[in-house]
Amino acid sequence: MSFLGSPALAFQPSAPNPWFSWHYIQQNADQILTDTRFHFITTIEAVALAMVVAIPLAVLCYWVRPLGAPILALSGVLYTIPSLALFAFLAPFVGIGVTTILIGLVIYALLLVIQNTLTGLQQVPEEVRDAARGMGYGRFGMLWHVELPLALPGIITGIRLATVSTVALLTVGVIVGQGGLGQLIFSGLHTNLNRAAIATGAILCVALGLLLDIAIALIGRLVTPWARRRAAS
Amino acid sequence: MTYFHQAIVWLNDPLNWTNPGGILDALRTHLVISGLALLIACGIALPIGIWFGHVGRGGGLVVAFSNGTRAIPTYALLAVIYVAGIAGIGAASAVPALAIFGIPPILANAYTGIREVDPEVDDAARGMGMSGLQRLSRVELPLALPYIAAGIRTAAVQIVATATLAALVAGGGLGDIIYAGFGLTIAQGGGQILAGGLLVAILALLVNGVLGIVVRFVTPKPLRARKRRRRRTAAVATEAGV
Repeated sequence: MSFLGSPALAFQPSAPNPWFSWHYIQQNADQILTDTRFHFITTIEAVALAMVVAIPLAVLCYWVRPLGAPILALSGVLYTIPSLALFAFLAPFVGIGVTTILIGLVIYALLLVIQNTLTGLQQVPEEVRDAARGMGYGRFGMLWHVELPLALPGIITGIRLATVSTVALLTVGVIVGQGGLGQLIFSGLHTNLNRAAIATGAILCVALGLLLDIAIALIGRLVTPWARRRAAS
Repeated sequence: MTYFHQAIVWLNDPLNWTNPGGILDALRTHLVISGLALLIACGIALPIGIWFGHVGRGGGLVVAFSNGTRAIPTYALLAVIYVAGIAGIGAASAVPALAIFGIPPILANAYTGIREVDPEVDDAARGMGMSGLQRLSRVELPLALPYIAAGIRTAAVQIVATATLAALVAGGGLGDIIYAGFGLTIAQGGGQILAGGLLVAILALLVNGVLGIVVRFVTPKPLRARKRRRRRTAAVATEAGV
């Protein structure tokens, strides 16, 4: 396992080392595409898994008040643990691979989705709940038809925050050789401090985060048409 | 279980603590670069946040800045600043990047803290003939202190956590122990990786806990009743950890 050599510190000021180079991009187009695809897919997987775990947990916190504080506190503690340390805890047991990264990313995304979903649910007005109860909705019917739709703006906010931070965090995956676009930065650092590689990785990473953020915001607008109508009127 | 055992053995070897580049060395570097970054972040974010809060403008800018920095991977910024060579080589090159990630919570909390001061209190101060600067220093700042302290705490935890990543770029700090462990392969270095992770996690939680006590200590007693509200603001500003 020699992919983690010591960073190459040999710096040659005489050699041209531009921040942006078409030549670099053309030469490494395949690698760049592969890394971008990996980054995109892994981010989607991590956020989707986080949603599957976090939204039911948030509902549980919402229904069972006493559970809320400990679940939030636990995910808060997990969030304080630096990413490199978390990957260090996982790697010896899960191994070097995408699973380690995925577990880590899901853990970090959890807090953001739980917190925002819970906030969204708690903002459902009591009168609305009363009206729904009067219409004969049971606990699950009310959750599915009334509370979750009204909490959607909060849920979407949580997913957006989780997505942007997952895209950024994934680069730390270089520690197990699974950093997506981080691998471009990594290879740049380890081949004579190649600026073009580092800048390409960094810019694509920021761009991917912002694009996904905008995409989810648009989806959020599409699924909450009533919010738009209210804003327009 | 063997990796846990290896980690404990590794941590129990006094040479791993006292060697050059050992735990104590790495801890010192970690704390020095974190402290410097926090100082710089405070130096930039406090005046701007307090001033924006005082004049009641720039809220959009504060939000935009913290959203913008969220999209920048720490690893990428560390690498870019390192390769640009503007902060020298070695562990010190991590300081500017860490400072940038420390700015948003301090900025947001300073701004919110000053803005949250009851307008009637401000009016009363105005009625007593206080000038703008007097109001800021004698009324707004003392009342905003809990928020400001909470922001600095969040930033400190975040900086200490991200300083771990310095190991991936120029080296330095406790992240080195993890990085070196991975370099040995999992079978050989699994214990060291786990030990490094443990040290880093404990440091982050410790800084969080200790600063939590400090925040409580600097909060004047009459304001402590509003603890719950302050917590919530601090939580909103928390984007920390990673």
